[in-house]
Amino acid sequence: MELLCPAGSLPALKTAIDCGADAVYVGLKDDTNARHFAGLNFNDKKLAKGAQYIRDHNKHLHVAINTFAHPGEEKRWFNAVDKCVDLGANAAIIADIATLDYAANKYPDLELHLSVQASATNTAAIDFYQQNFNVKRVVLPRVLSLHQVKQLARNTSIDLEVFAFGSLCIMAEGRCYLSSYFTGESPNTVGACSPAKYVRWQETEKGLESRLNDILIDRYQADEKAGYPTLCKGKFTVDSIDNEEKILYHALEEPTSLNTLSILPELFMANVKSVKIEGRQRSPAYVEQITKVWRAAIDNYKQSPADYKVEADWNAVLANVSEGSQTTLGAYHRDWQ
Amino acid sequence: MKLSLGPLLYYWPKQTTEDFYQQAMSSDADIIYLGETVCSKRRELKARDWINLAKELNHQGKEIVLSSMALLEAPSEIKVLKQLCENGEMSVEANDIGGIQLLSEKKVPFVCGPAINCYNAHTLKLFVNKGMHRWVMPVELSRDWLQKALTDAEKMGIRGQFEVEVFAHGHLPLAYSARCFTARSENKAKDDCELCCIKYPQGRATSTQEGQQVFVLNGIQTQSGYCYNLLNDIESMRGLVDVARVSPSSIDSLTTLQQFKQRILGAEQYVKHNNLQCNGYWHQIAGLSLQG
Repeated sequence: MELLCPAGSLPALKTAIDCGADAVYVGLKDDTNARHFAGLNFNDKKLAKGAQYIRDHNKHLHVAINTFAHPGEEKRWFNAVDKCVDLGANAAIIADIATLDYAANKYPDLELHLSVQASATNTAAIDFYQQNFNVKRVVLPRVLSLHQVKQLARNTSIDLEVFAFGSLCIMAEGRCYLSSYFTGESPNTVGACSPAKYVRWQETEKGLESRLNDILIDRYQADEKAGYPTLCKGKFTVDSIDNEEKILYHALEEPTSLNTLSILPELFMANVKSVKIEGRQRSPAYVEQITKVWRAAIDNYKQSPADYKVEADWNAVLANVSEGSQTTLGAYHRDWQ
Repeated sequence: MKLSLGPLLYYWPKQTTEDFYQQAMSSDADIIYLGETVCSKRRELKARDWINLAKELNHQGKEIVLSSMALLEAPSEIKVLKQLCENGEMSVEANDIGGIQLLSEKKVPFVCGPAINCYNAHTLKLFVNKGMHRWVMPVELSRDWLQKALTDAEKMGIRGQFEVEVFAHGHLPLAYSARCFTARSENKAKDDCELCCIKYPQGRATSTQEGQQVFVLNGIQTQSGYCYNLLNDIESMRGLVDVARVSPSSIDSLTTLQQFKQRILGAEQYVKHNNLQCNGYWHQIAGLSLQG
């Protein structure tokens, strides 16, 4: 099982490799990837250095080209594929069909991974990408239960990659336009969800308010820990049909992180090829802590599967870097749904 | 420009649904989409019932299309999709790439639904080669985006091979999740939801702490809080859009179709939108904005 770690910068990339990642995924410094944030990602020079570092350590580099090509501007996405090949990257992670088609035709030897943004959740969709573009691996959306992951593993020949840890997207990735509904910008079109330039914090008499493009996402009292205003994690009220009092709650999702340490043995048994850590936007310190914990967990399991158990200090480390300091099994566990 | 009545996104009792479609047959819609696209547990009308209803309404002067689910996870859901693909007479709206795979294998002409990520002419070309005869543009895209994609399609020589449909009225389907937000709003587990969405024939309106309506919860689907309305934008759709879609919310949607029809035929009366309506996406700004 491959441990695949995020890197939004050269220091994060080196840290991931030094701490035991088998592979690292990165994005270019433009809107061809879904973490298109200011100050993040790799220009050509940094990417060449990163690729060299990874080669020197005999590890793998994956390049995420996982937004959708704008009409008339496809060249930018195709150039990203060219760059990926020139670098000698081990795989390109692609979501857009135009980009997949270009990569499959021009570089038949380039290993293609289907990005989670392509939202393939069933065997028929996987067949489509396998047959048309010879995709080798699919990154599964975080909407599937463990049972469904196992079913897919049994019924397809493609390699499966699953999210193991990180901020939790509760919608089928690539099929959520909530961000553009609020701001005009979405992961699919500009490579960012709830973009930072629309975020505003304001101290008011009612508490600390977080807003996205002026829309109130949450309001915090002095003793509450404030989180980034990702719009699906705000507090809202739902209209009632029988004039009950409206309750304010996280109508869609609490701020929480996905943590699958407890089901690692089952992921092994389902023959999952790679566990992915979310967080290209996070610091090298985050990458260090997460990578160390997951390396230890995978090594422990491999050494003695029957004795595998989640160490308390692993969870303590993970909770410390989690959104809202809480973790969940997400959709992998049916209770969550 | 033709008019379509999109698939019913909410969960209504069987009789209500059937009555609605009987009346829709004398509406201004040229095309009617039938089928469950949101949740496979909604079985007031099972796949067989939808197919039978579609067959009954077919050949009565309107084009009937069967719509399929957007989020397909379980093998049982793929089975239902196969059943729709094998209906033998009608086109199917695919809302997942899995649908396109099955339909192209069976050589059934299909509509690429709004829940499929088709953002450029290269993708359109590939879909045309697979049997696509109509493209419903993703709801987050604008007139400007559409124009660019169609200019490219023209250059590729495929523009004549498919129609363009735009979601023009109704609460926009914005996201799909593993979680059922309606069940969650009633503090029920998804596995034990008691199909409670049948109590909310237009979904559950959801607001910020300042009372701004931001979402409508509809099972695993999250919709726009405001109603999208391109009635005043018909002029800017001419020459680009072949079909304008009205998404059913109640029997009033048939009146909405009538308003669109008059507008398409040239009535120039500007309709004042209320503050729960929006058209931002078409104008390449935040979806919830209202321009004009």
